[in-house]
Parts: sequence; C-alpha cells; structure tokens
Amino acid sequence: MDVLGNYKSVISARSTDKDITKKSQDGGIITTLFAYALEEGIIDGAIVAGPGDEPWKPEPVVATTKAELLAAAGTRYTISPNLNLIKEATRSYGLDRVGIVGTPCQMQAVRKAQLYPIGMRDVDDKIALALGIFCMENLSYQALEAIVEDHCNQKMESVKKMDIGKGKFTVYTERGAVSQMPLKLLSKYVQPGCNVCLDYVANLADISSGSVGSPDGWSTVFVRSMKGNAVWDGAIAADLFETKPMDQVKPGLDLVTKLATEKITKNQKNVDARKTFGLKADGTAKGLRNPYETP
Amino acid sequence: MPGRTPEKRPEGQPAATQPQAKPAVKPSDVIVKEKVEVVQKEEKPVAEKITIGELHLSGCTGCLVTLADNYEGLFKLLDDYADLVYALTLVDVRHVPEMDVCLVEGSCCLNDKTSVEELKEARAKSKVLVAYGGCAAYGNITRFSRGGQWNQPGHEAYVPISEVVDVDLYIPSCPPCPQQVRNVAVMAYLLLRGNDEQKNLATAYLTPLMQLAQRGNEACGCDLLYDVINQGLCMGCGTCAGTCPVRAITMEYGKPNVNRDLCIKCGACYAQCPRSWFNFDVMNNYEGIMDAINGAMQ
Repeated sequence: MDVLGNYKSVISARSTDKDITKKSQDGGIITTLFAYALEEGIIDGAIVAGPGDEPWKPEPVVATTKAELLAAAGTRYTISPNLNLIKEATRSYGLDRVGIVGTPCQMQAVRKAQLYPIGMRDVDDKIALALGIFCMENLSYQALEAIVEDHCNQKMESVKKMDIGKGKFTVYTERGAVSQMPLKLLSKYVQPGCNVCLDYVANLADISSGSVGSPDGWSTVFVRSMKGNAVWDGAIAADLFETKPMDQVKPGLDLVTKLATEKITKNQKNVDARKTFGLKADGTAKGLRNPYETP
Repeated sequence: MPGRTPEKRPEGQPAATQPQAKPAVKPSDVIVKEKVEVVQKEEKPVAEKITIGELHLSGCTGCLVTLADNYEGLFKLLDDYADLVYALTLVDVRHVPEMDVCLVEGSCCLNDKTSVEELKEARAKSKVLVAYGGCAAYGNITRFSRGGQWNQPGHEAYVPISEVVDVDLYIPSCPPCPQQVRNVAVMAYLLLRGNDEQKNLATAYLTPLMQLAQRGNEACGCDLLYDVINQGLCMGCGTCAGTCPVRAITMEYGKPNVNRDLCIKCGACYAQCPRSWFNFDVMNNYEGIMDAINGAMQ
C-alpha cells in the first residue's frame, strides 16, 4: 500500500476560529472538527488528551464541551492512552456517538476494536469520528522530561509550547525563552514500540492531520473515509476552515511522502531485523515476536 | 442440511417483528402473526444456512447470554445464515448433534465424565470447534478452582478445552462480545457457503483467531508484559486497560500496570492489543468489511 494510505482528498487548512488557533499546535484542525461535530450532534463526546496531574503529562478525558476541547488543544509529545476510555465512554458516560483522536497506532487499535471486538463490547458501531494525527515516534513522560530539563535546560512547568519542526525540538517558555535540541539526539529517547510502527499519517483514521507539508500555522489534512468526508464537507460548508490546495503550498505533499517513506522504510527494516535477532544452538537465527504475522 | 433440524421457529420469530405490530388484544391476533412468519420462512431455503450449536460445560451461561445480546441481530443470524441446532435453554435437543460450528462455553471438568464425553462428541461431530469465551479458551476464573465446593466437592480439575480436544478458533474475553461472535458467525457462513472472494475474506478474517488457538491455553494480564512490553512492542495506546472486563489494568506513565490479584485470566487484553497481532490485509479494508457485516445484518 501507498505510504500515505487511502484518501479521498488532501488539502492544507487552518481553523477560522481564533479561540482555537490561539491554543492549537498548528491549524487547529482536530479541535475545530470535534467542536463542529459536537455542535452538530455528530458526536456526543470526544476522547481527547486532557490536562494531567503533572505538567505536560496528558490524561485521556471525554470532552463534551468546547471548553473541555480547548483545555486539551495542542500537542503534548508523550503518551496519552486514549483507547483506555473507549468502552468507558459508551458505558459509564453513555455516549452513543464517540469521537476519538489518536496517533496512527491508536487508529489501528480503534479499527481492531471495531473489526475484532474481543473485549470491546458494544463499541464497534459507536465510533462516530476517529481523527488521526501524524506521528513519527512518541516519547515516555520521563524521556520528555529529560529532553526539556536536561537537553533544553527548562523546567517542565515553565514551558508554554513544545514543537518539532525543521530538524529541531523547540521549547518556548512562559517568559519568552526559546531552547532547542537537534532532533538527531531524540532517537535514543523514542519508546521502543514506535520502532516497529508502519504508519506515519494515520492511514486508518476518518480524517488525519499534521503540520508536515503545510506552512507555519497551517495543517495538512487527509480526508479518508465516507464518514470523514461527510464531516469535512459539513465543516467546510460552515466556513470553519480556510483552505489552500496542497499543490500551492510549501513544502507540500512531497515532504509528507518523503517522511512517510523514511519512517516506514526504517521501521520495516526493524521489523525484518527482529526475525534474525538472536542465535540458535544450530547456528541459525532466532527471532523475536512479529505482531504482523502471528499473535 | 434439509429435514434434519427439528426446531421451534415460531417461538423466536414474533419478537423480531413485534415493534411494528399492535399489542395483541385477543389470542387470535397472535396466531395470525405466527402464520405470516411461517410463510416468510419458506422463502429462505434452509439448505443454504450453516448449523451452529453451543455446548455448555463449566461456565456461567454468560457466553450464551452474550449470543442473545445481539438482540434482533440474533434473529437475523438465525433467519438467514445459521440454524441453532444445539444450545442450553434455546434449543430443545438433548444430545450433541452434527454441526458446522460448535461454540463451546466453559472449561472442561476432568472429574465430570459427562462433560468430557460431550466435549469429545462435539469435537467429533463439528467441522469447526470454537473455544467460546475465556473459560473454554484459557480456563478463566475456573483456573482458580481447588475443589471442595457444594454440591460437587470432588470436582476440582477444570481445564481449558484444548487440554482435551483440538480447538480450531478462540473467542476470548469474559464475557465475549456479542459483536465478536456475530462477526465470527457471519464469517463462518461466508467460509462454508460463500463464493471464492468471500471465502478469502473469511479466511483472512478468521486466521488470527485460529492462530490464537495455536498459541496456547494460558492467558493472564502478564501476557502484556511477556509478549508485548518485554518484546519491545508496546506503544501505550491504552487498549488493554480499556478492554479489561474487571478493570485490573491501569495505565501508568503510558504503559499498562496489571493488578494480578484482580486478573481473571480471560485473555481479552492480549487478544485486543494491536501489538499482539495486526493483520493489515483485513484492517486496511475495515470500511468495506464493516459495511459488509452491517449490510448482512440489515
């Protein structure tokens, strides 16, 4: 399959809602789409990465208001186990139409939960909108702390925004300091599970979005499924986004394709290397478990 | 299998169409409804359907109830795709019959001759034997048995059914999910009665559940540690914690923490984990497959 997955359209976009773009990481796509879907009754609530008990540590929450969505806006470069709430949202919260945002692997988990609902009772038909975000790799909270506090020399609680782009990990503090670390140093902090991931742009989401390919403050948006298409068309008709065709923005779709190819090629090598990771007594290779072959 | 299924259709049927019908005022109203159903029935050739049975061993009947938890979906399954030829309470058949798919609920008590005999008989008489639910697949809570309970103090040895017979396919979790057994039933129908394309889809869909049966009959939240985290595969999505039926798993700093005192060994967390197995050939086609299943259930 193509590294960008199946999609109906791709476009560069930015939210027209100033409340959202003030807090969002890039174009405010996810927050705006969920706010629109809540308003229109397409979803009853959305599982998002809300504020946690430590600075920059997200906690999955079921957001049912725009205020709750805004509190969760922006990227935290660490794990938010959003799937933890997917059954909870349909049972304890009683939602019939659930929205969920997640990384590519989390979109994979959503689809597996729908196609093979082994322990996910009554979930499959209640996923109303699954929004994916581009993801190269993720960090444990302790890794993020090491990067911000050791490499960038800033306190976690004084950080206003973190961003990855142009080969740098950048930290902006409340008082205006800007600290940077070259992305090359990031690799040793990446959580191991990310090294076998074969998806960069959330191929299995209804709509996926990320900054790569679009100018600063804008996001690249892939509209993938029938559901995603309907929601996107509705949001455009409601003037919630400014848009530009992908072939008229820089750096454009080529960069997305390049990074997706790089990630998938590198990680496919990792998956293959696991097959001959060790050594048997007879001199042949001993492999590690391959999740893409058997359980 | 024409002429070999002495069923009591009218019992189940009226309920399927009741929402549209006016409440019966006098007995004759009900009788009229039943006649309409019987006429509709004859339009569907029974020979196209597959036969499914449920063998009840040492389980709590939660798996059987789960089958019924498909509500109108169960009627659709029984109308178009499968005849239920054997099941506690639901079917008036005393002895294990021949069947295409046998769902076995519960673990097998080695101290209970009848259980062992019936399980072996079910294996001999079915094309596909499914360990339906945590007890049949992994022992689940019956793993904790030490005997001495009323009213059979001598019953203490409970094993997953694969200790006694070969098992083709697992549907883990406690209870399993109505939608999962529905999907397996539809796919089994496609596998046994479909065209080549449908057979291929069904094979691809069922393969991981069959591989799960080959993997072994021990399950625990520890599987997440041994076969996911220790193998360098966990990325902290939260699926395991979300799926655990007894809330034995919490996410701590992005990784599952298993409370082993709460774990009932049902196998749900590992089977649901996207890093236990992920078959791109099926998943990349999720939209089409879900539409097909929904369409089949309309």
